[in-house]
Amino acid sequence: MLRLLSWFRAAPERLVFVACAVVPLLLFGAFHVAGNRTPFVPGSTSSGHHQIESQCASCHTPFAGATVQSCLDCHAESLKARNDSHASSKFDDPGKADQLALIDARDCRTCHREHRPEARERGSVSVPAGFCMTCHTQIAEERPSHRGFAPDGCAVAGCHNYHDNRALYEDLLRKHASDPDMAANPRVPLRTPHGAKPTVPRATPDRERGERDEATWATAVAEWRASAHGRAQVSCAACHAPGSAAGDAFVAQVADSVCASCHEGERAGFVAGKHGMRGATGLPPMRPTLARAAMTTQALTSDPPLGCTSCHGAHAFDVRRAAVDACEGCHADEHTQAYRTSAHAAAWRAEVAGRAPPGSGVSCATCHLPRIPTGARAADGHALVQVQHNQNGNLRPTSRMAREVCQPCHGLRFTLNALADPAQNGSNFAVSSRPAPHQIGMDLIQRGEGRREPAK
Amino acid sequence: MNQQNERKGTGRWTTTGMRALLMIAPAAAALWAAGCQKSSASPGGLGPRDVADAVYTVLAADRETYTADVVNRLQNQDKVIKASEHWKDEKLLPLPAQMFRLGAERARSKTKRFSYSLLSQWPINRQNAPHTDAEKAGLKAVIEQPEQPYYTEETLGGSKYLTAVYADKAVSQACVECHNNHSDSPRCDFKLKDVMGGVVVRVAL
Repeated sequence: MLRLLSWFRAAPERLVFVACAVVPLLLFGAFHVAGNRTPFVPGSTSSGHHQIESQCASCHTPFAGATVQSCLDCHAESLKARNDSHASSKFDDPGKADQLALIDARDCRTCHREHRPEARERGSVSVPAGFCMTCHTQIAEERPSHRGFAPDGCAVAGCHNYHDNRALYEDLLRKHASDPDMAANPRVPLRTPHGAKPTVPRATPDRERGERDEATWATAVAEWRASAHGRAQVSCAACHAPGSAAGDAFVAQVADSVCASCHEGERAGFVAGKHGMRGATGLPPMRPTLARAAMTTQALTSDPPLGCTSCHGAHAFDVRRAAVDACEGCHADEHTQAYRTSAHAAAWRAEVAGRAPPGSGVSCATCHLPRIPTGARAADGHALVQVQHNQNGNLRPTSRMAREVCQPCHGLRFTLNALADPAQNGSNFAVSSRPAPHQIGMDLIQRGEGRREPAK
Repeated sequence: MNQQNERKGTGRWTTTGMRALLMIAPAAAALWAAGCQKSSASPGGLGPRDVADAVYTVLAADRETYTADVVNRLQNQDKVIKASEHWKDEKLLPLPAQMFRLGAERARSKTKRFSYSLLSQWPINRQNAPHTDAEKAGLKAVIEQPEQPYYTEETLGGSKYLTAVYADKAVSQACVECHNNHSDSPRCDFKLKDVMGGVVVRVAL
């Protein structure tokens, strides 16, 4: 120690040098141990990634940077399900080498650059809107209807999407061009009973170990009896002492992984969306104070971690509460706040009150956590329907909502125009007039202008 | 003197020999390297043209089997399911050309040693038009002489390839009808057995 001090005393500038080298390392280590790397994030991330931006390993491989594989680890399944129109596999042909030299369409990072907010133009996209013309140079020659269109119109006009055209392709528009605005019998699929049974069934709820006052116990039992869990005889131990025989400790706070033991599909959707993606990367659960979207004062004050019971509540597991009230408890944006005065909300209230048939109402969950037929059938033959818990799954582009959500009730032209209309979106479709034409693809097709020019 | 003359004579021969060796060695090395390269780029002892022909033979057989024994049978004979451009959305069978392209993408994901694609001068999807000079020349050649494959070499993205083009004919009436009636088809007068495009097989050299 004395020798060290005399070493510094011999040349005081050595102390400055060592401090400049050691202090940042100490700070980095401190933040790393504390799990907070936010101070080291070099530029804000897009809305899709900001929740996990401090978990560098989500995208970055040591000594290799952010690779395409890290994008595919999260997004490959979704892209495949969307029948990706520009899958990277379409660009592997050596004949496309000169096009790839201009824009490497095999690499997600070509168009989606993170940590560079100044480069992002539209959501997570960081290439100019006219990038389509790099490859589709002759579109105006081939299609007379497209002459005069702005070169950047492809990406922003709502007629085309780079990845997902399931609601936008010509033959679909042609097929549904004459659909009425409202279907004759507008209904969304009904949820089907869950078939899974827990491994520890018991007929009646037992008074478990752990301190419970009589009022709390009575409330919990009453809520449980009225719930789907109660009707299916999913006992207390199935959640609070999961996978165990009698004798295991009672766990008051049930982990979401326990829910997943029966509700695997719902949990998988949850962690794929913005509600649960932090948990999927090993970060603590999402909380309202971490959100970029507008949140209610109550949510910001209480700031609870987000999990299954955040929306469903414990014991009651009220799916109707989860469909609207839970959303309004946190979200304070214009769209959410306008819901209660919308026609959709009126239909929902009618269904809940029993004045309208099941499936005719429209809650927040109807659109944002849609009911998707799984394709499978139960033993009695009825089609199985699951609620998609990835609330981000059909948000962008907005046309993604058209097939899964809107078409059971609305015609495709009406749907695409409404989804593309910012006024309709902001007011939660409360504008009483017919949506103004925003999506011109169907008009072009009806006028017969879609056909290509014959080869010369 | 004679010994000195002998040593000088020996030195000249040695110098000449060295010069000859220096001249011959690079040529010999080049020939040897070319031989190695040729043998290493020829799996199973086949040359690049043979590889391209073999790949094409398999592709053609598979597509013909799919067209005749799957699509034609189920759609036109048994009438139980159709093939459709939007097969995934409509839960139908892929069209034969789509089956071909799906296989091409899968093959490209597994190896870079060869690749194949289906191109046409009259494509429904403009991105399937010939793009490189070799593709354009090859398609033109197989239209003029359908029974004769077209071979050439080209360099793409810094890599060298043998590129082979084979005529792709309308083997069933379904091909003709679909292309003639499709709203995006630039040609509407195809007949059975017409050359509609070409299969392009590339082998990395």
